[in-house]
Amino acid sequence: MSETSVWVIFIAAIFTNNILLTNFLGMCSFIACSGQIKTSLGLGTAVIFVMVMTTIINYAVYYGVLVPLGLGHLQFIVFIAVIAAFVQLVEMIVERFSPKLYFALGIFLPLITVNCAILGASLFMIIREYSFFQSVGFGLGAGIGWAVAIVLMAGLRQKMRYSHVPQCFQGVAIAMIVTGVLAMAFMGFAGMVSIQ
Amino acid sequence: MGFSIYLYSVLTFSGLVVLLAAGLLIAERFLINYGICKLDINAGEKPLEVEGGQTLLSSLYANEIFIPSACGGRGTCGHCKITVMSGGGPVLPTETPLLTRKEIRSGMRLACQVKIREDIFVRIPTDFLNVRMFSATVESTRVLTHDIKEVRFALDGDQEISQRPGQYVQVQAPSPDGPVFRAYSISSAAYEPKAVELVVRLVPGGIGSTYLHNVEVGDPITFTGPYGEFYLNEVPSTEIVCVGGGCGMAPMKNIIYTLYDKWPDRTCWLFFGCRTTDDIFYLERFKELQKKHPNFHVIYALSDELKPGEQWDGETGFIHLAADKYLEQGVARQAFLCGPPLMIEAVTRVLEEKGIHPDDIFYDEF
Repeated sequence: MSETSVWVIFIAAIFTNNILLTNFLGMCSFIACSGQIKTSLGLGTAVIFVMVMTTIINYAVYYGVLVPLGLGHLQFIVFIAVIAAFVQLVEMIVERFSPKLYFALGIFLPLITVNCAILGASLFMIIREYSFFQSVGFGLGAGIGWAVAIVLMAGLRQKMRYSHVPQCFQGVAIAMIVTGVLAMAFMGFAGMVSIQ
Repeated sequence: MGFSIYLYSVLTFSGLVVLLAAGLLIAERFLINYGICKLDINAGEKPLEVEGGQTLLSSLYANEIFIPSACGGRGTCGHCKITVMSGGGPVLPTETPLLTRKEIRSGMRLACQVKIREDIFVRIPTDFLNVRMFSATVESTRVLTHDIKEVRFALDGDQEISQRPGQYVQVQAPSPDGPVFRAYSISSAAYEPKAVELVVRLVPGGIGSTYLHNVEVGDPITFTGPYGEFYLNEVPSTEIVCVGGGCGMAPMKNIIYTLYDKWPDRTCWLFFGCRTTDDIFYLERFKELQKKHPNFHVIYALSDELKPGEQWDGETGFIHLAADKYLEQGVARQAFLCGPPLMIEAVTRVLEEKGIHPDDIFYDEF
């Protein structure tokens, strides 16, 4: 069991161990949906919510069902199924009770089913042997970290629309380069706190 | 141990998936239930009551109002545009790429993306309200060229279709994801209310054209129609110019036969572009028609070079050059173009130089 406090894990997940900029998880939707701040904010919020909820559920499923039965190796496939089902359920609930939120988040929810950052958060929780509260802190932190990264990126890309990018770098190429620079900037936080 | 770990793994995973699926089904049963909603069309012209939760398009189809739709409700073709006065919710991100700003301001929506959650008020052009679903039987099929086939349907029972030349029908074709509709121009003349004939080019991998190329005489066919806003000019002194290529023949054949049934002396030009002599069809029957109606001019042009040993006494080169050569300046004309975008662009330029007003040039791009 990890001894680090929940707060440290939370802060570290946002800055020093940002799931996107240090582990490069969830890159596909990060590149695809970072065109506008508004969209990226919507997607980021949806990721935070789903990440926290799925780490909680997956924690319960893993330690409540898989470990007692000695079936820890099923974690990958079970986590994916749980995430997919949960996203579907959330979509239905949001659509029914808050049409406004549905129009803001609804179209991003199906995208999240296949976001590897979500699965990554659940798997890190197991690998790093977090307790329940540490898992919640990590899920929330990792979600916020991902959202911060994509909103930063969207802001930069909006600015870049008015700059003269050489033709061969336009589009995804410059986005990848900027992501790399952002990741290097985040490396500056690296020595502050550390979770494995 | 040994074998049992596999058994436990499979059982646990299956159990979990079944549990999740059951949970979702229960949630769906309680959450996705909007009750009965009112669907009002054209301010009280056709009040309907439909079950909420469906899309506007499928509710309209269930009530026999056939809005054109080619992609099967996936929001990619943009044919099912109708005006929603109220009750449609905000415009979805899935719709914005297919709607212009002006259309969004006027309340235009894609019927396949609007979900009915409350009472909804819509406006539908009266042309669409006249669209019906027809059942028919394949009467004949004829191979016209290596990839174009003529398919003729006889309407079942005492059904009759009242169509204008230039209009199209949507044929229902089976696909792995359920039936889909594909649009084809009607090539049979408007004075034949008991039949519908199509000219179909086989598109490799195409759902509709593969289906229509494989139907046999006696097969049942379902289609909706007629759709389309083209009106033939009714002033007898106005010349009609038809320019097309390939299966763009379909609407033009309808226009020409309907025209000469009504006005035997009217002037009409048909310019038809082919690549090689293998692409030529209907030339004989148009030459027959030309003998009966001296004001009908038919010009076929070949764009590729002749193969050795071939005979061709018609035009050569691209079809817009032929149109440029034959049409003289300053005659009142209405033009109907049907073919690939590059051809349309070139021909439009020629026709405008000849003094035809852009409003009198209609086209169907494919």
